[in-house]
Amino acid sequence: MEGGSVLLDESGNELESAVVRFAGDSGDGMQLTGTQFTQATAMARNDLATFPDFPAEIRAPAGTTFGVSAFQIHFGSRTIRTSGDAVDVLVAMNPAALKTNLADLRKGGLIIVDTGAFTARNLSKAGFAANPLEDGSLEGYRKLEVDMTRMTVEAVKPFGLGNKDAQRCKNMWALGLVDWLFGRDRTINEDWLKQKFASKPDIADANIAALNAGHAFGETADMAREFRAFVVPPADIAPGTYRALTGGEGVAMGLVAGARLAGLPLLFTGYPITPASALLHLLAPLKDYGVTTFQAEDEIAAVCAAIGGSYAGALGVTSSSGPGIALKTEAIGLAVATELPLVIVNSQRGGPSTGLPTKTEQSDLYQAVYGRNADSPLAVVACHSPGDAYFAAIEACRLAVKYMTPVMFLTDGYIANAAEPWPIPDFEDHEPFPVAFRTDPDGYQVYARDPETLARDWVKPGTPGLLHRIGGIEKHHLTGDISYDADNHQKMTDNRRNKILGIARDIPDQAVDQGQEGGKVAVVGWGSTHGPIGRAVSNMRARGHDVSHIHIRHIWPMPRNLGDLLNSYETVVVPEMNTGQLATVLRAEFLIDAKPVNKVNGKPFRIVEIEEALEAWL
Amino acid sequence: MNIQTPSGLSPKDYATDQEVRWCPGCGDYAILKAVQKAMADIGADPANTVFVSGIGCAARFPYYMETYGFHTIHGRAPSFATGIKLANPDLDVWVVGGDGDGLSIGGNHTLHAVRRNVDISYLLFNNEIYGLTKGQYSPTSRPGTRSPSTPHGSLDSPVDALSFALGVNARFVARGIDRRQDHLPGLLARAHAHKGCSFVEIIQNCIVYNDGVFEHFTEKEVKADMQLEAEHGKPLLFGKDREKGLRMNRHTLELEVVTLGDDGVREEDIIVHDETNRTIGGALARLKPPDFPVAIGVLYCSPAEQSYEQAVLSQNRAIADKAPTKGDMNALLHRGATWEVAA
Repeated sequence: MEGGSVLLDESGNELESAVVRFAGDSGDGMQLTGTQFTQATAMARNDLATFPDFPAEIRAPAGTTFGVSAFQIHFGSRTIRTSGDAVDVLVAMNPAALKTNLADLRKGGLIIVDTGAFTARNLSKAGFAANPLEDGSLEGYRKLEVDMTRMTVEAVKPFGLGNKDAQRCKNMWALGLVDWLFGRDRTINEDWLKQKFASKPDIADANIAALNAGHAFGETADMAREFRAFVVPPADIAPGTYRALTGGEGVAMGLVAGARLAGLPLLFTGYPITPASALLHLLAPLKDYGVTTFQAEDEIAAVCAAIGGSYAGALGVTSSSGPGIALKTEAIGLAVATELPLVIVNSQRGGPSTGLPTKTEQSDLYQAVYGRNADSPLAVVACHSPGDAYFAAIEACRLAVKYMTPVMFLTDGYIANAAEPWPIPDFEDHEPFPVAFRTDPDGYQVYARDPETLARDWVKPGTPGLLHRIGGIEKHHLTGDISYDADNHQKMTDNRRNKILGIARDIPDQAVDQGQEGGKVAVVGWGSTHGPIGRAVSNMRARGHDVSHIHIRHIWPMPRNLGDLLNSYETVVVPEMNTGQLATVLRAEFLIDAKPVNKVNGKPFRIVEIEEALEAWL
Repeated sequence: MNIQTPSGLSPKDYATDQEVRWCPGCGDYAILKAVQKAMADIGADPANTVFVSGIGCAARFPYYMETYGFHTIHGRAPSFATGIKLANPDLDVWVVGGDGDGLSIGGNHTLHAVRRNVDISYLLFNNEIYGLTKGQYSPTSRPGTRSPSTPHGSLDSPVDALSFALGVNARFVARGIDRRQDHLPGLLARAHAHKGCSFVEIIQNCIVYNDGVFEHFTEKEVKADMQLEAEHGKPLLFGKDREKGLRMNRHTLELEVVTLGDDGVREEDIIVHDETNRTIGGALARLKPPDFPVAIGVLYCSPAEQSYEQAVLSQNRAIADKAPTKGDMNALLHRGATWEVAA
């Protein structure tokens, strides 16, 4: 089972996979530590998946449980589909980190703690009545207790740092120790430190000294055999050039690629919101890629500027998270009515309202498909992993420009922040979809449509002979003049609907991810549940169950064969991180008695949760 | 680009074939006429001109201009215009909206388009009422305004459009009046020539819901005494015989109305309008009857070196020119640490 490491096995030191979580105060640099361990692990050719878990507060009071920041990595010598159900090694940099993360540690798992941080004050801040390292409450786990604080300060002494700066190097000490534990080559960590602190060589040298000291501690300390170094052999990975890719990077590069394939400049507009802001940060530097970014005064201005950009001949893209998408809704309706291309990226988070900004959920599916006033159809595309985000974002751009429509692109906080090794595609292999702006005045009518796509012509202002006016008031189905005519509104409503539904002819038939068409149970997912569903299904198939996995990218319109495909199974089960939104849409569209399996605790599904749920129908 | 060569078009060449749907006698007709005349005077290229509007009576404007036009949603026209200028800075973009559109639901966007200094001409038609929704009081209505939503009189203090614009660092503010066809087209041409956001308040009479609310300074008999035409480099004089003027009271630092000849007041005592002087512009913007005339004309004009979208584009170009990747997609995909997995 995924996440089921043999770390507990005393017989050898070779592991098929392992899950490590670095947890500390939000000021302890746990995200950097985790990212660096990920780099070293990728270089060791393990397959991997990572998941950061950080608090909404930027600098929560030190030592508190709500200020704990964690980073989890699951790596192994076989295909890794999730960031892991249970933790094998927990690095806890303070009592609060131990308190908030212990529940996820596998029984018998290894706890590495910095005893230097287990002061009376920190223990009390974390709500421990007694020191858990001493009161026997960690019975059943293995503990490696090291005074990292003291050993780090000693290791960096030669560099003359103040006590505070010296202590800040302790995350690198911990990284050195974990690098040793799994036989990682820490050269890549050293290179990164040199680059990051290029202007402060003292700080770079001190951090490298801490990294080396942690590693040396592992090598030389006289520890019990259970604290030996492990070997995780390389995974069987397809040959090629790889990089680590987060979902944010996947979406960003997919949008740039999409605009390039359309032959358009990209106007990306946003307003800061967690967890969507990363996209704005990633795109802002890419000026040589024809990207203009605009941080608007609010969510509404952002979407309006993107629509203005599309109107003027760029590919307008705006991005936000659920509450921000809500604010953009009226303007999206205008893009529906004026039939202009627009991509709206929704990095979903837990809700309603402000909800859980840094936690993941996939509860904006209704909002994407149905969430506008009136009959305002648009296309909805959902990505399921960082790598998939790149290709799905290209697809969203393609549909937007080909069908002159807004496209809602759904990702979530988990995909945005999760990372995986990514075989880098060759851009030259992508099929271009160049936009042809209309320049011929002969016979131009604003709402005349391409007979196949039903899209109207895209005319850039500045084009001689094609002067026209568009707007949100209902327009005549050909001339584009204001029309309050009853039959015309019926016709335009039908046109808008049929255009979007017609996209179904232009998207691939729904494939079966694992298993076959027909059979006992189909598990149908969308978005970031791909990993846990995929592993749960493969585990159950390995145990001989008739279970298939279907994962939907085109949420609206849905693939033409989806209804028949789902009808070929006895039972359709739909696990979602919401209260049953896709399940409801499938019921509505196909009259299928889809069985929802739901979870909304801000965390991705664990594999075992899906397996347990499936048992009921097998 | 606001520099145009005369196109040889006449005002009516800028009119569409659409039936104009404002109430008979609405001030908007006069403004439309003035805008079409200004377009002809400056020789605007219709194909390169975009009128963008929000919602409201004024926002129907683009349908009547034979140019490109985008009738958007309530209050957001400046944001659409910003996107249009970022995508194509060469377009000549005009934003048209009313007082509710620009100062109530869209106040935030007006604020930011002005302070960013996007190169647009923003025409704010101020009739101190919501017309299209049948007469509710607006953010520019004077206290005590009786309307369907304030049957006993409105209670809140109004916003002064030009003081607001100056408060957010507008670099061009002007005021015109729908009835002043002799004055308005020239004012619009000035707004158009300004590089950056030019903000023009146009006093507009709503004949149905707020008729006559400006007549104390727009009627023929009173206008000479109640309108002050500010002209750069000329003394701030008004009155039938230009016998009255504005002087700075050195004790209160306020403007005061004086009459030439009275108490030894001479023309040298009158302030000479300097449209690059923000203090004078601000003081003129605030003048209110009955104690003062209403100031019209270009009250303040001080162009920045670059408009917002020009600054964005020059930065984009400068950074792009220095980027080693030169827009190479594969270089982007390979950015950061990569590793090879051999067969």
